Amino acid sequence: MQYPAVIVLACLCLAAPTYGKGRPYEVVIAEPYIELHTGPGRGYPIFNLAERGEKLEVHTRRTDWFKVRTERGIEGWVSAGQLSQTLEPDGTPTAIRDPSREDFIKRRREAGFQLGDLDGANILTLYGAYLFTDNLSLEISASDITGDFSSGWMLSASLVHQPFPGWYVSPFFTLGTGVLRIEPKATLVQAEDRTDQEAHVGFGFRAHLGRRFLLRAEYKSYVVFTKRDSNEELDEWKAGFAFFF
Amino acid sequence: MEGGIRIFLLRVTLAALGVMSITGCFGGRTVIETAPDEGESVIQPEVSRREAAPVKIDADNFEVGAYFGLLSVEDFETNSTYGARLAYHISEGFFVEGTFGQTDVGETSFEKLSGGAPLLTDDQRTLTYYDLSIGYNLLPGEVFIGRKRAFPSALYVVVGAGNTNFADDDFFTLVLGAGYRMLLTDWLALRVDVRDRLFDSDLLGEDKTTHNFEFNIGLSGFF
Repeated sequence: MQYPAVIVLACLCLAAPTYGKGRPYEVVIAEPYIELHTGPGRGYPIFNLAERGEKLEVHTRRTDWFKVRTERGIEGWVSAGQLSQTLEPDGTPTAIRDPSREDFIKRRREAGFQLGDLDGANILTLYGAYLFTDNLSLEISASDITGDFSSGWMLSASLVHQPFPGWYVSPFFTLGTGVLRIEPKATLVQAEDRTDQEAHVGFGFRAHLGRRFLLRAEYKSYVVFTKRDSNEELDEWKAGFAFFF
Repeated sequence: MEGGIRIFLLRVTLAALGVMSITGCFGGRTVIETAPDEGESVIQPEVSRREAAPVKIDADNFEVGAYFGLLSVEDFETNSTYGARLAYHISEGFFVEGTFGQTDVGETSFEKLSGGAPLLTDDQRTLTYYDLSIGYNLLPGEVFIGRKRAFPSALYVVVGAGNTNFADDDFFTLVLGAGYRMLLTDWLALRVDVRDRLFDSDLLGEDKTTHNFEFNIGLSGFF
């Protein structure tokens, strides 16, 4: 009795690639001409032109370039700058939405990677953030730690508050907890692997580099709740790139 | 005479304006009030509006691919390697990329010459690596094949960091490299990559920085 479900699923899968591709987006050229490049970049040569009044079908976008097809059936790539000079069929200027500063402030999802130092060991972090408001976000991060005497990984969740989201260099404060796994190197000492809970506080800053890109650097102070008599304290410095979407 | 006619015309115009303004204040209102009762407005708008909301143009900034090649692990011979990667193109210049790959390392010269016990077990000879890199398309251009075919291409450089795992150990790895991407179609690319994976190793007794060169060929698709 599960066949119908399977068939429906199969149909959905087959239908998925065609979804949303029924009617291509059409624009009309308003400038004297528009340049068609062979590839999505300024380094690719201009091989054809389309004239004022011609209609263009816009198919896909790659970074700042749009794949178009002219009325004469010629396919090429047009820059966002030139495409924004065209008109939509109803005569309004073509609206190409590019991430602006406003979008950066109003962003809801952010992801990136960072490289740094955790008490002498190298740390590489991959993180994703969801912003509930302009100020408050939840971040989940996974880190790989490689040191001279031990290696390990860390998974953590943090609440991040940025009091001034509109600033070009915007400071933020972090509070969170997670799990830290430490595996001492086999070649050195016969010590046990251990997994402990950690809690951390920190601060840092983000800077919008333009478009979807941002720079991020931060410091975190960790307390690791070990099973030994005393807790361990670790300092972490790291910086990296991120983008929002 | 002319002056008299002009004054007369001016008076008539003023009087007409006065009447119009009065009807505009009082009479006009009745017209507006009665208009809906007539059921049909006098002017039928012929503006056709677009029914659909603005079409969202698909963006294919992600590139996913697989590769096959050779990885030379210092002291441990050169062996075949394979892996997968995922890239996101931020602008026409910059992209970020994550790579995950695997190889099996061979025997060191020491192991071969001494004829003694192997340094590593078979499990320890499986080497996995990953890295996160930033790339820049340095030389965009075209590849010409024959007289009629030209493919868009780009030479890029990458720098990144990651981890290499083998011999029951993790090695923090710096990655430097370059590659060549040729777009066979708008969405399918052929890639040739060279990487140097640098990490510090003390497996053979002394601490040293090792250079591990990789050469690979792969296919990737944009979506």
